[in-house]
Amino acid sequence: MSEAVLDFDEVMANFDPVLGLEVHVELNTASKMFCGCATTFGGEANSQTCPVCLGLPGALPVVNASAVESAIRIGLALNCSIAEHCRFARKNYFYPDQPKNYQISQYDEPIAFDGFAEVEVDGEVFRIEIERAHMEEDTGKSLHIGGATGRIHGASHSLLDYNRAGVPLIEIVTKPIVGAGEKAPQVARAYVAMLRDLLRALGVSDVRMEQGSLRCDANVSLMPKGTTSFGTRTETKNVNSLRSVERAIRYEMTRQAAVLTSGGTVDLQTRHWHEDTGITTAGRNKEEAEDYRYFPEPDLVPVAPSREWVDQLRTTLPEPPAERRKRLQSDWGFSDAEMRDVVSVGAVELIEQTVAEGCTAQAARKWWMGELVRRANEQQIELAEVGMSPAQVAQLQGLVDAKVVNDKLARQVIDGVLAGEGEPQQVVEARGLAVVSDDGALTAAVDEAIAANPDVADKIRGGKVQAAGALIGQVMKAMRGQADAARVREIILERLG
Amino acid sequence: MDELLTTSAAQLGAAIAARRTTSEEVTQAHLDRIDQVDGQINAFLHVASEHALEQARSVDRRIADGEKLGPLAGVPLALKDIVTWTKAPTTCASKILEGWIPPYDATITRRMVEAGIVILGKTNLDEFAMGSSTENSAYGATRNPWDTDRIPGGSGGGSSAALAAFEAPLAIGTDTGGSIRQPASVTGTVGIKPTYGGVSRYGLVSLASSLDQAGPCARSVLDAALLHEVIAGHDPADSTSIDQPVPDVVDAARCGDISGMRIGVVRELGGEGYAPGVEQRFAETVELLTRLGAEVVEVSCPNFDHALAAYYLIQPSETSSNLAKFDAMRFGLRVGDDGKHSAEEVMAMTRGAGFGREVKRRIILGTYALSSGYYDAYYGTAQKIRTLITADFTAAFEQCDVLVSPTTPTTAFRIGERVNDPVAMYKADLCTIPSSMAGNAAASFPIGLAPEDGLPVGLQVMAPPMADDRLYRVGAAVEAALQEQWGGPLWRTLPELSTEGAQA
Amino acid sequence: MALSVDDVARLARLSRIELTDQECADLAPELEVILDSVAQVSGVADEDVPPTSHAVPLTNVMRADEVRPSMGVEAALSGAPAAEQDRFRVPQILGEDA
Repeated sequence: MSEAVLDFDEVMANFDPVLGLEVHVELNTASKMFCGCATTFGGEANSQTCPVCLGLPGALPVVNASAVESAIRIGLALNCSIAEHCRFARKNYFYPDQPKNYQISQYDEPIAFDGFAEVEVDGEVFRIEIERAHMEEDTGKSLHIGGATGRIHGASHSLLDYNRAGVPLIEIVTKPIVGAGEKAPQVARAYVAMLRDLLRALGVSDVRMEQGSLRCDANVSLMPKGTTSFGTRTETKNVNSLRSVERAIRYEMTRQAAVLTSGGTVDLQTRHWHEDTGITTAGRNKEEAEDYRYFPEPDLVPVAPSREWVDQLRTTLPEPPAERRKRLQSDWGFSDAEMRDVVSVGAVELIEQTVAEGCTAQAARKWWMGELVRRANEQQIELAEVGMSPAQVAQLQGLVDAKVVNDKLARQVIDGVLAGEGEPQQVVEARGLAVVSDDGALTAAVDEAIAANPDVADKIRGGKVQAAGALIGQVMKAMRGQADAARVREIILERLG
Repeated sequence: MDELLTTSAAQLGAAIAARRTTSEEVTQAHLDRIDQVDGQINAFLHVASEHALEQARSVDRRIADGEKLGPLAGVPLALKDIVTWTKAPTTCASKILEGWIPPYDATITRRMVEAGIVILGKTNLDEFAMGSSTENSAYGATRNPWDTDRIPGGSGGGSSAALAAFEAPLAIGTDTGGSIRQPASVTGTVGIKPTYGGVSRYGLVSLASSLDQAGPCARSVLDAALLHEVIAGHDPADSTSIDQPVPDVVDAARCGDISGMRIGVVRELGGEGYAPGVEQRFAETVELLTRLGAEVVEVSCPNFDHALAAYYLIQPSETSSNLAKFDAMRFGLRVGDDGKHSAEEVMAMTRGAGFGREVKRRIILGTYALSSGYYDAYYGTAQKIRTLITADFTAAFEQCDVLVSPTTPTTAFRIGERVNDPVAMYKADLCTIPSSMAGNAAASFPIGLAPEDGLPVGLQVMAPPMADDRLYRVGAAVEAALQEQWGGPLWRTLPELSTEGAQA
Repeated sequence: MALSVDDVARLARLSRIELTDQECADLAPELEVILDSVAQVSGVADEDVPPTSHAVPLTNVMRADEVRPSMGVEAALSGAPAAEQDRFRVPQILGEDA
């Protein structure tokens, strides 16, 4: 059931949004957080389980050192303080996907806290305060049988696979994000995109939102303009793409504004984002929420990272995103406006990789920010998912440079690559797209065009060189575009000169 | 009674190794004894006869082949049914786990099997080890061989009764608040709670993770030490396991010299509420310690007075979380799965039907103590009291090598006497709880019978963390002196059990 | 402190234990007696007393990130009350729709 929403401009005229983002990152360690079972995707159901991750009576957890290391590196990369001493805690709640009916997490003593990160939207820099980053474990997956496809409602029963149970997670929580105004949805998206890039650069996670290795829960509330106390928030779960982050927050702002404007109150509740319909629906009300009865996990001992260890991990951090961006902009010779556009569509790494494949920065930008971004927008997908790799873009530009194809033909090559016809070179061959540079064929076509347009030819002979355009067009048409236009022009001027 | 039944584990091991007898013969004798007397005692929940004999024969073959095995190879043992073993169900004496065969062995189970110890079966306990009488078992109470109308202690009453009834020369117990020591005390046997972290908890079904500790039970100090040596030592699968060498407990048990040792009598563990016979035997033992060359002083540990209260906050709190996994989804009992009830309802129905009253009581108590708004007042405060108790111990151990007290304020009470009075029941652990809270090593050794009822009395010895060897030194000294005085072990005065009522 | 029958019923729901009204009525006074006797802990420890969680303080007990063999689907499901398609079969799950 869809609820009333207010026009976004109207929302902004009356309210200021406050956001809070909780991002869960699945680490790419080889083994699980508390046992030696593999973390690889796609294994046969329950084949990656043991007494520990199945929560069998008597089994005990042992902390994965790599996961702690990743947690510290993530904390450092987000400018957090790293706890000198911290503990795991049990979060108690009953749910069939949680084998022990408690999740080993961290509560009042997270491993990393008080950090910040900066994101840029339309040239404006926003500072996001990081409340904490803590370690915990993932749950199993349920398959709901007998209802509508995959849905829990109406299902007769469910089937549980605990292969994901116990996979290490880091939860990164922001402090309330205030002051982003109408850009709030974009700031949230930019923040998650920044995290994705940072985590990828750290090498700690696959950060595949579609596979659930990066997941975002968005807390949204509104305060009437001019006031400073936060309104009641909702927590929207299941926001699993960058686009959804922006859309879900925008939707939730318009929905809450409609509720408030009509004199209602926002319920403190969990909501679910529906990618297909673009709306959120109510989940459980938080007032009825579980009392999690956190207490220190007695099966584990405290983690006390030595300062030496932390300092050593600090040396392994990748270049901070902002510095990296400045360096690349200077290397590439992009204007501020060009760089801003590149950042906002998430093309920095794509261009970097294309350049690494031997393409010039300007040419790489031309393809990614032109033809390819247009196609991604048409399909409403991320640029990185458009279906063409940086290596393929570099190869395509190589064909243009070698005058095998011109820009117009190059677009047809892209069609071919995206249609799965192979590498750019293969598409050129298979589709017969190469430019005709044989002077004999071109001269014949030029002569034909001159014969068919004697008046135009006379003008050119009379010195009106710009009239050559009409003849070039005729020739290109006759050659079905596969001619080097510059060469055609030369031949026309030779014949009529 | 067959001599094989009363022979010590140390001697049985030596005889088997020297091929003067076979493990099969020893095992069969104990299986026969179980068959004869367990109908009256109900110490065992499961007897793994076939597997035990198979294991015994395998040990015999290895010895015949000239393999050098440990000192307990071929000796039978009774395993408390809260420790996993793939060859038999692990029920924790609960309906909720009826018939559950674990797919893995506990670390201590594996170590014992590797040492050639023959596991006879699984012994009875209070459900999930919650209790001090073994009356809270879903499979019926265990009876005390000294007087079958009385309790054998708890939670490890099955293990202590099996020893006292000569159904096994060795047993494994687990001690959270006194479940090894108090049963040992009321059955006239030896029970050791090693230092927390000294013996792996992997495969021990958790009651209260920060308190649970498995340990050896036997009829003699040396037998307990030999078993201690097999099960103790660092285990990487248990994060709370201590990575240090195991104290030389066997050497200490063989030595038994306490001359020059400083022994502290804890002032707070005595007086009102303690049975006269218990106080009398304890006082005599303190005198005996002096005669044996120890320097006895009185020490005060004022915070021990708060130990019981703090324990009954920490233990139920951790239990409420540890027992959440018993939810009918992955293993164990499932009630109400009729296609109409939801998973949530089936969980609640199963837990309602599968848990006994004491378990429910403690889960609800623990849920309350951890719930929002109460955590600081209850669990948080209790953890602070733990600090105070530990500080009392630390101060006392600056003056003394070990501390002593009665193990439990009374001798074995009658079955049914305290079932409707949880607070009275909890008081059975008054003396044992301080060491549980502080995690130091502690033990109970038999020191005679109370004159008023002729039932066994135990001496509790408490040693600093990782000084478990001191327990054995004191235990061995007391054992030797008293046996000389008595003309043999205490169990010589044990009434003969009828072997008439042999079960089919 | 007073623990009402309703409190017991709420705690039973929180701990997923189905109790009859009679059981709740029986448990309330029992729990109250226990709570009264443990109430003596309040005020014993000052603010500045640190909590103790384990007897011998250990820190940084960790394992190397190495994959060890899992126990196999058959063993994993060996104790399952019901299984289907190599998965644990459980009754319909109420609660959150995704």
